Amino acid sequence: MATDMQAGSGIEVDGLVREFKNGPRAVDGIDLRVQAGEIYGFLGPNGAGKSTTVLMLTTLLPPTAGTARVAGYDIVAEGPLVRASIGAALQEAALDPLLTGREHMRLQTALHGLTKAERAERGQELLERVGLSLAADRRVGGYSGGMKRRLDLALALAHRPSILFLDEPTTGLDIQSRTALWDEVGRLAAEEGVTVFLTTQYLEEADALAGRVGIIDHGHIVAEGTPAELKAEIGRPTVEATPRDPAERERLAAVLARFGESAGGSPLGAAARLEGGESQLAEVVRALDAEGIAIERLQLHAPSLDDVFLAKTGRSLEGAEEEVEETADEEKEAAVGGA
Amino acid sequence: MSGRGETPRPAGFRAVALAVAWRSVHNFLSNPAFLLPAIVFPLFFFVAFAGGLSAISNTPGFDFPSGYTAFQFVFVLLQSAAFGGVFTGFAIARDFEIGFANRYLLAAANRNGIIAGYALAALTRALVTWTVLTTIALVAGMEVGGAGVELFGLYGLAVLTNLAATLWAAGVAMRVRSIQGGPLMQFPVFLILFLAPVYVPLSLLSGWIHTVASVNPVTALLEAGRGFVSGEPVVVALAFAIAVTLPVLFGLWARGGLKRAEAAG
Amino acid sequence: MSRSRLRTQVGQLARRSVLRTLRQPAQIVPALVFPLFLLAVNSGGLKDATSLPGFPTDSYLTFALAVPFMQGALFSVMNAGTDLARDIETGFLNRMALTPLRGTALLSGLLAGAVVLGLVQAVTYLTVGLIAGAELTTGIAGALTIIALAVSITVGFGSIGLFAALRTGSGEAVQSLFPVFFVFLFISAMALPLDLIQTNWFRAVATANPVTYLLEAFRSLLFEGWDLGALALGFGIAATVLALGMLGATSALKTRLVRT
Repeated sequence: MATDMQAGSGIEVDGLVREFKNGPRAVDGIDLRVQAGEIYGFLGPNGAGKSTTVLMLTTLLPPTAGTARVAGYDIVAEGPLVRASIGAALQEAALDPLLTGREHMRLQTALHGLTKAERAERGQELLERVGLSLAADRRVGGYSGGMKRRLDLALALAHRPSILFLDEPTTGLDIQSRTALWDEVGRLAAEEGVTVFLTTQYLEEADALAGRVGIIDHGHIVAEGTPAELKAEIGRPTVEATPRDPAERERLAAVLARFGESAGGSPLGAAARLEGGESQLAEVVRALDAEGIAIERLQLHAPSLDDVFLAKTGRSLEGAEEEVEETADEEKEAAVGGA
Repeated sequence: MSGRGETPRPAGFRAVALAVAWRSVHNFLSNPAFLLPAIVFPLFFFVAFAGGLSAISNTPGFDFPSGYTAFQFVFVLLQSAAFGGVFTGFAIARDFEIGFANRYLLAAANRNGIIAGYALAALTRALVTWTVLTTIALVAGMEVGGAGVELFGLYGLAVLTNLAATLWAAGVAMRVRSIQGGPLMQFPVFLILFLAPVYVPLSLLSGWIHTVASVNPVTALLEAGRGFVSGEPVVVALAFAIAVTLPVLFGLWARGGLKRAEAAG
Repeated sequence: MSRSRLRTQVGQLARRSVLRTLRQPAQIVPALVFPLFLLAVNSGGLKDATSLPGFPTDSYLTFALAVPFMQGALFSVMNAGTDLARDIETGFLNRMALTPLRGTALLSGLLAGAVVLGLVQAVTYLTVGLIAGAELTTGIAGALTIIALAVSITVGFGSIGLFAALRTGSGEAVQSLFPVFFVFLFISAMALPLDLIQTNWFRAVATANPVTYLLEAFRSLLFEGWDLGALALGFGIAATVLALGMLGATSALKTRLVRT
């Protein structure tokens, strides 16, 4: 049974490529390593190759070139073993509106080979864990988007996988549902040691959840590291202040200059990049107070992952979403139709 | 284009109708998925009924002067007219579902023009179908006993049938505003068509089907149409009374549907 | 894979297929009502056809009763096909692909819904037909054989629907097959016996059309008596349709369910 396979719970990818007939390379030679128990965020705009990568790593799409090992098994040569070790909640919630939540669990656990007794127990446990025990006997067609996503997650965990793939799991969810999902994912990694490979186009999701982030654009990984490392790589936080008395502007600029190089700022104020990071803000305030400069407005601008994306690609991640390329499923459809 | 400070003149009924009709006809003619079934299906029914059932004309009492091909041609003509209207209803429902209908509602000063536009499009589509169907029927050797006026009467009935069906379907489409309303548009039309003398004249029907067909308004349309094609007109006044009344009634139905759609926002 | 695991998979998918069928009145009701409506209309409108020399029975209703079973098969193509197409479009098939599910288990399980629908249809058509006055020369054994034949045909055509869904991945594409099968049904000995079809080309096409022999198999049980040749041909055609449909579906599934 799947749960007996403990060959490892990391992901190793070397030169993975996916090319479509007469089409572009959706994934163009990516390398990455995900450690066991880690939450790895895979960030990029629509059409960057995130979902195609997930489909390959979950064995649903064969790669054109390159290798990958998931849970220690080769994704091409040992597909069934990979599938037994992973759970996946893909881009669509992929549920049958005519079945109830409990019937979904029964089907999923049965297909994974759990015994009858185990199915009922595991199903109930997971439905409770994701907060669907009361709605379990209602048809999924009547579930909200958040409920569907939670059921999707529960189904992905049915057979106790060591690695979980989540493909844009919170797209379209309200803030409450999103936070609840984040909490559960975080708990799975922290308490159960599940490795999580999470794709997202939301910066705050990658920031909040991921221990390490890989940023993909046009099929290439353009940056990789912890969110803090990536942001530090491209710059330090900037403090911007506007004096109440416009005549104090030059004095204000001189005070800020003690903490880092000038960063321009608005015509009425001044800005500086803080050498010592965000923690210097308190010192800045004390210094301004000591000089008797009354401040109208004070802002701290920390670099975001969008700034990282901008630095690496010359485009903003949030603006890059408007470049619509084929989604991975359309690419898969093209691959299937062309086969 | 109006100059600065001038109030733009809203498009009138005619302009709205023509604009709506243009789009619908353009989509129909440029999309094989719409065009081909509209032509092929009536042809198919014609071939299946006239070809496969021609022996029925040998049953005792079957005495239609122009032969079974012409007998079935009339049914298929009216059937294609009716279903052409229903399929226009599908297009209206689709427009509401994707939000395009809101574009019409926002832009058209005279919203009756929208309904008229769809009806005009339905008629145009039907004319394409009838041209092909008539040509094939004539090539297949259909006997036409009727003269110009009578044939004008036949196609006049078809036009009015098309209009009635379009307005019926439009009324449903604008109330349901989703393609899920398709069966509701289609089934009653199917029912009323087939509970008429499809295979043999009314006089050769018996039992419950004779009773139902006797009160079915489509029966008069069929009988008049068959009379026109054979050159022996019958029940003309009744048929046209029905053919004119139905569009008037369904026109009110469609107008009510438009009001519902407006209220729903 | 162990036999019991395969049995479990087929069982679970069959269960789902049956539940889905029963929970969609929009699939069941038209499949029952529409053919019966046409039976009523046609048997009323074409009653006088029995007076044609050579017509094999005095009851047009009995003659026409064979047709709903074929129309029911048409609905099976649509229902089985659109259900699977929906699974493909929603990604549910991907979900199943991530389990140890075997392709043959998937297809077999999916056809379970077609079996149930076929059974409900067959019993309904036969019951209504008999109540309305149709003959049944072959008695209870004949009735059971009719039901078996109807279910075989429904499953066979259902597999064609599965093939279409797997090949195209689209519910709309499956629906567009309806006219194709509709034509197949019409250009057959649907309304008149083969030898009474006057139009030469129509008769030639109907003679070559397997649907004609399926209709004749039903008619043999209804008013002709036991005709082993007609039955063998009918069941043989149903089996062939099933075999071809499953072959196509299995091949298409390999591409659709591409897994390493």
